Amino acid sequence: MVLYPIADALHLVHGPLGCAAYTWDIRGALSSGPQLHRLSFSTDLREMDVIQGGEKKLAKALCQLIDLHHPKAAFVYSTCIVGVIGDDVEAVCRQVSALKGIPVLPVHSEGFKGTKRDGYRAACEALLQLVGTGSTEGISPVSVNILGDFNLAGEVWIIRDYFEKMGIEVVATITGDGRVDDIRRAHGAALNLVQCSGSMMHLAKQLQEKRGIPFKRVSYFGIEDMAQALYDTAGFFADKSPGIVGRTAALVSQELSTIMPQIAQYRRKLEGRKAAVYVGGAFKAFSLVRALRQLGMDTVMVGSQTGLREDYEELRELCDEGTIIVDDSNPLELSSFLQEKRVDLFIGGVKERPIAYKLGVGFCDHNHERKEPLAGFTGMLNFAREVYNTVASPVWRLTPRGAMRDRS
Amino acid sequence: MIAIEPLAATRNACKLCAPLGACLALRGVAGAVPFLHGSQGCATYIRRYLISHFREPVDIAVSGFSEATTVFGGGDNLRSGLNNLARQYHPELIGIATTCLPETIGEDVGHLLHDFHPEGDVPFRTVHVSTPSYRGTHVDGFHATVKALVEQLAQGGPVRGHINVFPGMVSPADLRYLKEVFADFGLEATLLPDYSETLDGPQLEEYQNIPAGGTPVESLRAMGRARVSLEMGRTMADAGTAAVSLESKFGVARRKLGWPVGVLESDRFFAALSELAGRPIPEKHAKERGRLVDSYVDAHKYVFGRRAVVFGEEDLVVGLTAFLAEIGVQPVLCASGGESGRLEEAVKAVAGDAVDGIVVKEGMDFATMGEMARGLAPDFLIGSSKGYSVARELDLPLIRVGFPIHDRIGGQRILHLGYRGAQQLFDAVTNTLIERAQERSPVGYSYQ
Ligand code: SF4
Repeated sequence: MVLYPIADALHLVHGPLGCAAYTWDIRGALSSGPQLHRLSFSTDLREMDVIQGGEKKLAKALCQLIDLHHPKAAFVYSTCIVGVIGDDVEAVCRQVSALKGIPVLPVHSEGFKGTKRDGYRAACEALLQLVGTGSTEGISPVSVNILGDFNLAGEVWIIRDYFEKMGIEVVATITGDGRVDDIRRAHGAALNLVQCSGSMMHLAKQLQEKRGIPFKRVSYFGIEDMAQALYDTAGFFADKSPGIVGRTAALVSQELSTIMPQIAQYRRKLEGRKAAVYVGGAFKAFSLVRALRQLGMDTVMVGSQTGLREDYEELRELCDEGTIIVDDSNPLELSSFLQEKRVDLFIGGVKERPIAYKLGVGFCDHNHERKEPLAGFTGMLNFAREVYNTVASPVWRLTPRGAMRDRS
Repeated sequence: MIAIEPLAATRNACKLCAPLGACLALRGVAGAVPFLHGSQGCATYIRRYLISHFREPVDIAVSGFSEATTVFGGGDNLRSGLNNLARQYHPELIGIATTCLPETIGEDVGHLLHDFHPEGDVPFRTVHVSTPSYRGTHVDGFHATVKALVEQLAQGGPVRGHINVFPGMVSPADLRYLKEVFADFGLEATLLPDYSETLDGPQLEEYQNIPAGGTPVESLRAMGRARVSLEMGRTMADAGTAAVSLESKFGVARRKLGWPVGVLESDRFFAALSELAGRPIPEKHAKERGRLVDSYVDAHKYVFGRRAVVFGEEDLVVGLTAFLAEIGVQPVLCASGGESGRLEEAVKAVAGDAVDGIVVKEGMDFATMGEMARGLAPDFLIGSSKGYSVARELDLPLIRVGFPIHDRIGGQRILHLGYRGAQQLFDAVTNTLIERAQERSPVGYSYQ
């Protein structure tokens, strides 16, 4: 689902209905302009289509939707049965593309089949077909692409604003608040900034290999990581843009002076409380551990769904001794950790929320459905407030396990 | 912007896939865990969708059968998945529902299960149901699962005094209410499914791998010996349902009733129970009816002549239509993503005087609904929270009922059925209309 935030493209799920219905508007990926990405389109394959093949229906659906909505490009996501019924999706895409004069790109293995990683890779492959098809005229030598941020709750806007204040041009944001035309000229940027361990790494690597654009891994979450991301970028452009390091320092200190007093207040209330973290990517987990530490909290359990071996070693180093580190967990395991460790806060995805709540544990959503921006310096303040709101709520006293914790 | 030619694509669907219905139904059997034979993605999405409505843990196991394994079939994935699940959860029953992939390659799960011998020493039963999404919606998956449970578990024998109740896809609050009503009539009833506790449970001291509650497997077995089956829902088919199967196999009489939404449909329902129990309507419920009708009178002017778009699962749409018509609201569009082919007839049967002004539409998606609604000048929408995009676009209030409710809390506690449910619906409709008028009024009256 990493391509969904591209707001002026048509996103059509080719397959039975369910796959599309479940993903309709589940992410808070915001757009400053077109809202086409918030509609959910599906070829809604039926029994006859499964028997006779769905190519005709796909072609018809694409043509009609393109005429109706005038997108700048169309992405076609094949679900697991499409391969089995033998549709030649690529051919249909080529035909429709020729007919309608916009790129129509098949995306294989998107979420419904294979692992998350395969899905990311497929998304990057589709993007690679777009990048390089636009003109790079007029792009500043001090310019970046922001990769791997979905603009949840408007986060990309916050980050973009920092870079612009530093005097850096942002060519394309991929995919949050993304636009097809920007992506087509993304190869004109001097540097790619990749967030998160997973989703856009393949794109960044390919752009480095094929077009010689270097990339940096960054995280915009938490004070330390955010500042680091800005300083790293400033360092990169230090020769080309005199004064950028100074401008960055000024920006950081100004932002910090606005949020720190309030963060300190939250910290006083949260000091010594325990947290457990279970998120999608390991990179996000690192940032969270650091951000929680900033709030005076101990992370007693941390894990991710897609972490690699190196990631876990890094986590080990980052965390205190005694912190449990888990890999690709399941509901039963998570619930037993929560009971064992008596935590005050669980950070995870929406699917984990009821487990935490059932056991009288506070919860923050750090996956794709959040509605408050958590990136950047303002994001840190939002994060602190959200943590405080759940940890300090008086309702836990009324729950059996909350009462147990109070006694102990 | 009404498309002249029907669109090939579904835009913002008003239905979900069949395995979701299967998982929901299986959540209503004691000690049962739903198991999807199919891709990991299906289980993830379905879990997330159910959790966002019920706000309860919903574990769904999955075989992780993927495209890569289709060549050899999914037998190995299925067997090892079942063994894993049994080891971790110690279920009494595992309900296996198929997703699109194994169905497309024509996998015979029944056959695979036939050869299956559980590894561990804890015995469990399996029930399987075929739920490809290209053949029907989540409601069809729900009913198919209820039928599969009955067909694979119920046994015959000397008739006992109890009755079977197949309530359909109602809320946990509705299920609790139904149980109360049956108890008040002194009727011993087995509800299938019954997720009133499993999907709306209390805070816990110890985590339960499988939440307590649900129809006991024992009672499910005894369904073949009941004296009658009540099948609720006017759009239920007259063939291929759980009650039909019990009738033909064990001779348990089948009685089909509408969802008791509103006074008139509830009257029919209570009359049927009264006849079965051989006693009059308990006073508690008669009084609830009295208060309900009294409130209809008090507030009739606020609602009369207003126009509503009604959408959701077909039986809910029928029930809501009956309710709205009896309070003087004109349902202008009654729409569902379902395609039973029976919606129109059922809606017309309950619509009373409102019948001529209603457009009935099966197989609807939200984009089309929005386009149609625009021309029908409705005052409000009533249905699931997925109608919000349309409500927002048309600047109309949305009264949230049914499934799913993803943008408010308490979806599992909404009571739709009976006099008590009608009271809540009526208050919600009336107050929504008053609030709208108040917000729009330049005066800001503080008495209404
Ligand atoms: S429609 Fe089929 S493939 Fe898609 S989520 Fe539902 S069961 Fe899975």
